[in-house]
Amino acid sequence: MLESLFPNVEMEDMLTATYETLYMTIISVAGTFILGLMLGLLLYLSSPGGLWQNRTLNMVTASTVNVLRAIPFIILILLLFPFTDFLVGTIRGPKAALPALIIGGAPFYARLVEIALKEVDKGVLEAAKAMGAKYRSIIFKVLLPESMPALISGITVTAIALIGYTAVAGAIGAGGLGDFAYFYGFQRSDWDVVLACTILIILIVFLFQFVGDSLSRRLDRR
Amino acid sequence: MISIKGLSKVFQTKDQAVTAVDNLDLTIEKGEIFGVIGYSGAGKSTFIRLLNRLEDPSAGSVVIDDRDVASLKKKELRLARQDIGMIFQHFNLLWSRTVHDNIAFPLEVAGVAKKERDQRVEELIELVGLAGRGQSYPSQLSGGQKQRVGIARALANKPKVLLCDEATSALDPETTDSILDLLVDINQKLNLTIVLITHEMHVIRKICHQVAVMEGGKIVEQGDVLDVFLHPQKKVTKRFVDQVMGDPEKENSLNLIHDTYKSDSILKLHFVGENTNQALISDISRKFNIDVNILHGKITQTQKGAYGTLFVQFSGEQNEIENVVGYIQSTTVEVEVNPSA
Repeated sequence: MLESLFPNVEMEDMLTATYETLYMTIISVAGTFILGLMLGLLLYLSSPGGLWQNRTLNMVTASTVNVLRAIPFIILILLLFPFTDFLVGTIRGPKAALPALIIGGAPFYARLVEIALKEVDKGVLEAAKAMGAKYRSIIFKVLLPESMPALISGITVTAIALIGYTAVAGAIGAGGLGDFAYFYGFQRSDWDVVLACTILIILIVFLFQFVGDSLSRRLDRR
Repeated sequence: MISIKGLSKVFQTKDQAVTAVDNLDLTIEKGEIFGVIGYSGAGKSTFIRLLNRLEDPSAGSVVIDDRDVASLKKKELRLARQDIGMIFQHFNLLWSRTVHDNIAFPLEVAGVAKKERDQRVEELIELVGLAGRGQSYPSQLSGGQKQRVGIARALANKPKVLLCDEATSALDPETTDSILDLLVDINQKLNLTIVLITHEMHVIRKICHQVAVMEGGKIVEQGDVLDVFLHPQKKVTKRFVDQVMGDPEKENSLNLIHDTYKSDSILKLHFVGENTNQALISDISRKFNIDVNILHGKITQTQKGAYGTLFVQFSGEQNEIENVVGYIQSTTVEVEVNPSA
């Protein structure tokens, strides 16, 4: 039945493309989580009234984040070609898409991290200070655990944006389902291939949303 | 134990300077429960936060155990804070940690080893009466239980001082009493110095030894709780004493008493810090040939003994009544014949 619905879909190629999309998404989500968390913490801690209150640092971080977020993703990939080439050794394939995906995703996530951290109860931070906690303890034992459900929801939203970005990256040769839909579906007018790719991407989005939601719910003891 | 000199805190806003704490001098003895009472805006909250430097003082010194908290360097301050426990009006527990882990938090901060930490946490859970609740999360506890966790957490590093920032203000009266009992218990068991701020005279009456009344950033009256109850000097203090003694009611009923009982044998008995003469009334009616009619009164218990007034009417021979008055005067109960309204 599948063959009559999707006559032009090669199962093996499809699987490879799906694998490439998953690969790009998972690695870039992990990278975005770490880089975004660091940027978000920097934004939060250096803001007025923060633990490391520092106007210059705050301004530099905030401008970097804003500039990176302002650049359309497809242009960001092009701009990063030299950097990618230097880092990965090629500008083609799923691996080469990773720097652009992470640099595109992290600033977005950083803002979500900042919002999540701002929601942490000031009283709890004060209590930790009154106990003589070091900054490191306050960050790792109070700020991050107390904002974890929001941090997870944030990375879920970011992950879904990143799945979209992988498809965009596909248009300039990163591989994955976006690449497959464009070159094998659209350019050959095999619309069943485009449809199959769309369905697979939707399924991946649902999967990420589901995992993110249940994790966030499980961690929330409020 | 705690010696405060010339302590001030000025908040600089855009267009004006607000003096929250104004040149305060105070000495708090070891093992004492010291209460600071005041209405909101009196500066008591800023005052208690100056003690562990959650606020930096604008001037003055706070010497706790021979160490001036106001002039400590960052690292020294962190270590000093481990010797000062604090509990809060809204408990400020970490929702992401269980009761056990919340209490363990200050121990982790102080670098106590895991095994020792667990043992200490168990002791503390026992001490505050939460046995069996170690694996619960704060969201599963009632307000009173949350504050017990707060107290256990504050005591984890065996502090020398416990600061209570409106610790019972978010609790219902019954829970308030159970938390206050716990504080007295800890004060006696551990000989811990407790500094608390509150706007409820009930709290002062029930557990404090010494009280200071704050208004406009200054301490306007200070002393032994009983003395302050007995001879409130300032208007604000009288208002607080009335909170627990219900003075307006007394004025009213005294007029009624005078209208109803035209006799000249109405006595006002004043009990102060008295534990031995609690049976005074039955004593009198046994020893003397008169009838005693209790008209109005209120006796309340403080840490330093009973305090309160009782209006009674004696009926009998004039001679005998005089004898009774003489007898009462020989006790520590103060007596006033035919008190004016």
